Amino acid sequence: MDTLLMDGLAQTTEQQSAADPWRGFAPGVWRRSVDVRDFIQRNLCPYEGDAGFVAGPTARTTALFAKVTDLLKQERAAKGGVLDADTEVFASITSHAAGYIDRELEVIVGLQTDKPLKRAIMPFGGWRMVKTGLEAYGYTPSPKLEEVFPALRKTHNDGVFDVYTPEMLRCRKSGVITGLPDAYGRGRIIGDYRRLALYGADFLIKDKKAQLASLEVSRIDEDVLRLREEISEQIRALKELVEMAASYGFDVKRPAATAREAVQWTYLAYLAAVKEANGAAMSLGRVSSFLDIYIERDLRDGVITEAEAQEMIDHFVMKLRMVRFLRTPEYDQLFSGDPTWVTECLGGMGLDGRTLVTKTNFRMLQTLHNLGPAPEPNLTVLWSEQLPDGFKRFCADTSIKTCSVQYENDDLMRGYWGDDYGIACCVSAMRIGKQMQFFGARANLAKTLMYAINGGKDEVSGEQIGPAFAPITGDVLDYDEVMARFEPMMEWLAKVYMNALNAIHYMHDKYMYERMEMALHDRDILRTMACGIAGLSVVADSLSAIKHAKVKVIRDANGLATDFEIEGDYPAFGNNDARVDDIAIWAVERFMTALRKQKPYRNAMPTQSVLTITSNVVYGKKTGNTPDGRKAGQPFAPGANPMHGRDRKGAIASMASVAKLPYSHAQDGISYTFTIVPGALGRTEDERVSNLVGMLDGYAHQGGHHINVNVFDRETLLHAMDHPELYPQLTIRVSGYAVNFIKLTREQQLDVISRTFHDKH
Amino acid sequence: MTPPLPQARPGSVSGWVHSVETGGTVDGPGIRYVLFMSGCPLRCLYCHNPDTQHMHDGTRTTSTEVLEDIALYAEFLKRAHGGLTLSGGEPLVQPEFAAAILRGAKALGMHTALDTSGFLGNHADDHLLEDVDLVLLDIKAFSEKTYRHLTGVPLRPTLEFAERLAGLNKRIWLRYVLVPNLTDDAAEIDGLAEFVAGLGVVDRVDVLPFHKMGEHKWKALGRKYMLTDTEPPSHELVERVRGQFQARGLRAD
Repeated sequence: MDTLLMDGLAQTTEQQSAADPWRGFAPGVWRRSVDVRDFIQRNLCPYEGDAGFVAGPTARTTALFAKVTDLLKQERAAKGGVLDADTEVFASITSHAAGYIDRELEVIVGLQTDKPLKRAIMPFGGWRMVKTGLEAYGYTPSPKLEEVFPALRKTHNDGVFDVYTPEMLRCRKSGVITGLPDAYGRGRIIGDYRRLALYGADFLIKDKKAQLASLEVSRIDEDVLRLREEISEQIRALKELVEMAASYGFDVKRPAATAREAVQWTYLAYLAAVKEANGAAMSLGRVSSFLDIYIERDLRDGVITEAEAQEMIDHFVMKLRMVRFLRTPEYDQLFSGDPTWVTECLGGMGLDGRTLVTKTNFRMLQTLHNLGPAPEPNLTVLWSEQLPDGFKRFCADTSIKTCSVQYENDDLMRGYWGDDYGIACCVSAMRIGKQMQFFGARANLAKTLMYAINGGKDEVSGEQIGPAFAPITGDVLDYDEVMARFEPMMEWLAKVYMNALNAIHYMHDKYMYERMEMALHDRDILRTMACGIAGLSVVADSLSAIKHAKVKVIRDANGLATDFEIEGDYPAFGNNDARVDDIAIWAVERFMTALRKQKPYRNAMPTQSVLTITSNVVYGKKTGNTPDGRKAGQPFAPGANPMHGRDRKGAIASMASVAKLPYSHAQDGISYTFTIVPGALGRTEDERVSNLVGMLDGYAHQGGHHINVNVFDRETLLHAMDHPELYPQLTIRVSGYAVNFIKLTREQQLDVISRTFHDKH
Repeated sequence: MTPPLPQARPGSVSGWVHSVETGGTVDGPGIRYVLFMSGCPLRCLYCHNPDTQHMHDGTRTTSTEVLEDIALYAEFLKRAHGGLTLSGGEPLVQPEFAAAILRGAKALGMHTALDTSGFLGNHADDHLLEDVDLVLLDIKAFSEKTYRHLTGVPLRPTLEFAERLAGLNKRIWLRYVLVPNLTDDAAEIDGLAEFVAGLGVVDRVDVLPFHKMGEHKWKALGRKYMLTDTEPPSHELVERVRGQFQARGLRAD
């Protein structure tokens, strides 16, 4: 059920007042119950033209951005890249007084704390992490805060470690499962922030109260109790949101009545979420085409100009670029570059065949021209072959100039998720306000293969981690023998992995519930248990080498297979060669089959992603020599990418291999990062744009799910490594998100540089 | 592991292929499947693929096998407004092989381009050319003397081929590699521009600034690279030469 609020409740006297916030909007179901999609469908103004209309920055924008730029510069220069951190107050929606950058210049206001770029203390994930984080950057938490944890209040982290089994701990330590959200917020929940603008908090609270009443059922069991408690928390969060907005002078009890209010209300709802939830990914959803309806109304009424419309979006984006969390150095190793994944989706097609592209999609892309490239918000174009040509070209042009855009296949996802889904984090699609995921990090499939060869012993430590199945003792690896051991090892890993995730999400719901984000969801939602795999191309190439070449085993004194010698050539993933691509497809399907046998917490639907973010470096570091010839410690390829330099048949062959991976068995997304030098994309600017559009159309048509596009040459990156001060805004796309290149660790910079660049032949 | 030598099937022609690039964007319109065929009768001083000069440096295969691979990309390339480009080496060293591949590509509904020096133009019969949508014609110099010095072969056959293409109304993109002190003579370029404009079928002239990206391949082959001390042309020189073509009403990028 979408909502429980029906007739009558919406028609409050406030909404009938002079400046009716819904004036001029086509009526529909959305007026009676919370249904943002219905509102969009009935009021959207699709735009089929080109970028000719967009406006440059206003004087106010330029002045404000100069201040932001200066703050960002100070932040980069500060210890650990942290400009300021709170040491006194636990963060909540209302914990901090209103903060400003420059009140006179800001069209859209609101900061996470009382000062720009000051990081807040969000302790419920784990006090130790907060403390370590603060101390790492030179801050000391107030002693009065330390009295609370763990003596008076248990955290998510404490809870998880109370229930972890020894087997889970072993897997975590060896790195066969890495990045589990047991010490940080899981994120990947998108509140439907548009709801505050469209309905106002009063309407939403009434709806939530109706939901609570609907749970006065005859059998009040554990599930009902939990949900009743959660909804009560959601109502409390909405009330605090009203209070926080009031501190900035806004009455968000009522719906937004103008374009500026719609942007401000939407941002305030998002701000409330990032004020108290330190999720790994705090994505925005799909707000720009929704906001476009308000902007179009104000433009039509002559209340604002195009320059003012652009100004609102520019200022909104400046705020989104300034979202910060206090994180530990260990976390930064996994997810480098201080990402927040403020993912915003643009484009896409409606189920009725109309495009969902609006002028505000253009305005959102235009921020990259007006304010320069930046990793956040993580602008994600939902690509369809049917998108209007003008929009396709503006996207491609923006990609080439800024490397700040990623593309995901709307033609592929629309069938699964409809036409009002957003992307959480990098590649995870979810119906907005109707679905969330339990984020599940990823399993190291390459290491699992090594466990299969070594009878469950870790190839680096020699410890028995997995079940002590019979190891392979022959001198040459036999494909059938390896496969016969690999499958049960995958089954074992899937079991431990799912159980560990169940422990984590049970405790996360209990101790670190995301009440603000969930207040902007329906009562009954679909939950996915989003598992993941890393090292896919290493596994595919290893099995291909075993099958098509001769792989000799080199064992250490304890009989552990620690190295391999390959005789002959083998087909490598990334060359559109079925002999190995079929192995990669098999691995994806096979591990998903093992996951589907497990029983996820809270009846979640198991899914998986082929995505590593920047953790491909850490995974590689923890994994020994592999049968494909990769040496111990060398990074894996990111996401679903072919291994560095092994895709030798050019960009389209590489894309074709990745596009074959079955989305039906990786519904949490398949990430591919594509890097091309400008000259290899065409000779003139116009040709480059056309060719990039052509590539994206071709890739989408083949069923490719996601693609990051980077257009730059290796020399630029090498120069930036040595002269970071010259490249404050150099943005590159890594697995599913964008980062400031100069904020990556040196190790990760080198990894990016060693990746396959598609060059002219 | 070396794959077994493929057997030519009926209707299939054997030939030698150096390599494949599936994401080419500079050898014809849109995104191209570029098939680099091995073997070339020219010995250009600036050759950036000297490893394709000898036919047997490549891999022996069949037109059927090549087409099976091309077919995997046909749909993608159509959507990317591209197609197939035969390059090399010199594709016309193996005319039957080239013709069979071009025929097959047209059967797949693809746009086709032939990247050639034109020296072996008489190897391309009218049937082969029927299956070519666009010729990327390299005229490397416009005097017999320069041409022979640069390539080791005479110029005349290339010019005759160009005239024949014009007679067939075959579209041409002219390619001209600009090397300082070698192919930058203003009078010679004027002559070429006049000739090219007169053909009436040249849609575009690509003035390609000389680069030394192939130099390492010469070293790897143990051969002396004669242009080590030659620098890429200046921006001004490139613009001057483009201007000479533009002055004849040609599109030159």
